[in-house]
Amino acid sequence: MTTKILLSGFGGQGILFAGKQLAGFAMHSDYQVTWLPSYGPEMRGGAANCSVIISDREIGAPQVSFPDVLIALNLPSFDKFEPKVTPGGLLIADSTLIPKATERTDIRAAYIPATGLASENGLDGLANVIMLGKLLKERAIFDFDKFCNYMANSIPASRASLIEKNQKALSIGYNYK
Amino acid sequence: MSTKVLMKGNEAIAEAAIKSGCRYFFGYPITPQTEISEHLAKRMPKVGGLCLQAESEVAAINMVMGAAAGGSRVMTSSSSPGISLKSEGLSYIVGCDLPCVIVNVQRGGPGLGGIQPAQSDYYQATKAGGHGDMRIVVLAPASVQEMAALTAEAFDIADLYRTPVMILADGALGQMMEPVDFSVSSPRSLPEKDWAAKGHGGKRKKNIINSLYMDPADLERSVHRRFARYADIKDKETRFEEVMTEDADIVIVAYGITSRICKSALNMARSKGIKAGLVRPITLSPFPDAPLKKAAESAKHFLVAELNMGQMVDDVKIAIDCQRPVTFFGRTGGMMPSPEDILEKIEDIVKSL
Repeated sequence: MTTKILLSGFGGQGILFAGKQLAGFAMHSDYQVTWLPSYGPEMRGGAANCSVIISDREIGAPQVSFPDVLIALNLPSFDKFEPKVTPGGLLIADSTLIPKATERTDIRAAYIPATGLASENGLDGLANVIMLGKLLKERAIFDFDKFCNYMANSIPASRASLIEKNQKALSIGYNYK
Repeated sequence: MSTKVLMKGNEAIAEAAIKSGCRYFFGYPITPQTEISEHLAKRMPKVGGLCLQAESEVAAINMVMGAAAGGSRVMTSSSSPGISLKSEGLSYIVGCDLPCVIVNVQRGGPGLGGIQPAQSDYYQATKAGGHGDMRIVVLAPASVQEMAALTAEAFDIADLYRTPVMILADGALGQMMEPVDFSVSSPRSLPEKDWAAKGHGGKRKKNIINSLYMDPADLERSVHRRFARYADIKDKETRFEEVMTEDADIVIVAYGITSRICKSALNMARSKGIKAGLVRPITLSPFPDAPLKKAAESAKHFLVAELNMGQMVDDVKIAIDCQRPVTFFGRTGGMMPSPEDILEKIEDIVKSL
């Protein structure tokens, strides 16, 4: 079983971080995993995306051209990658920033106003983690509680104040109706 | 409990260097390999080593020569344009028979080129690292685990044969993260560095490290001695991986990140009933001629895939003595093919068989 995930948005939205959390937890759960970022000369801004492949066997090409799961955090990402989601695949879009829906009937789509929810809850900058929460709900690749614990453990002690915020963001995404 | 850590390829090289006893690193920043010096700048002071950002790549490679002459394990890293700058120093290091590890995390070229992954320094690495009759050992990792494992190997091979060893990676391998297990390593037993210039308190004859020979007969002898070592290296250190070549009609030859893409294409081809196989050179220099020659006995066609306009393809043709048709497929400038692109080439070849 292999799942190819593409996360995409603006630089600064925590796209690479969210992908790293998925990859880290997959490794922790004894899967094979690759994490490949798009990289540019800038530290922030511009477009950012990353390919995460989770599999129970050796992974060949690390780039995801046709994702089984697309997590889109801005409109250009939606426009560029939505047509490439594999039939039967899953699209999760941040509806605060993406004012449209897919017309495809061969994929499943979930819309969550992640950026708006982050603002309302004093969690600015954690729309990425809210999106991860939604992913855990929509696709049972990982157990929510285990993932939540993993995230807590992966945050260094010096930044302990972030643990609660990340877990809150994760559960907002998971419990969003 | 898994001992694996999730790391970028660049970080894996840096950490493997520390674990291999490398205590000197001299470099100059360049994308896409800067995480190597970033990691070493943090780690070296903690293990009593030195990580120094030199004023240029030229300075860095000459610092490498000095540290190697003193008998220390030393590494430098750069990306394509920076490696060109190191070329003169590299030739001096070969002329002095000094061991060191050089990392090239390739990007697109020529010139400043771009910062996306490429394999267009194959010729430079395997044929023309510097002026003069010289070779270096070139290792080509294809995963983050191999970035670590081959770095450890590179230090051992360098010390054993007194030669520079290059890790030839690319931007994708440098930037991607995969699990790494550093506990898998088997260091070799190595001879004392009794040739090193590290002070002797007047107790022995002094060691002179030099690449200048005014007598051509002396110089010829030194080159011959070195080439005898190259033959020994070819004999003992050539490495490759074979995947499903036994019954293959079509043999793909690819290394590094391209071999990963080809493996995906290979699985797709096999599931369509196409008998394809793969030979992945792990040492690019020495080049693994033998498995290709063997594959040519039964295979009908070879497909060479690289991130360049066709460089290793020459070595494949030489290895099989042009006994089978060889098709080349490459993307360049920082572009990467998809597995589907490779599959299409395989299917084109099937039609021609």
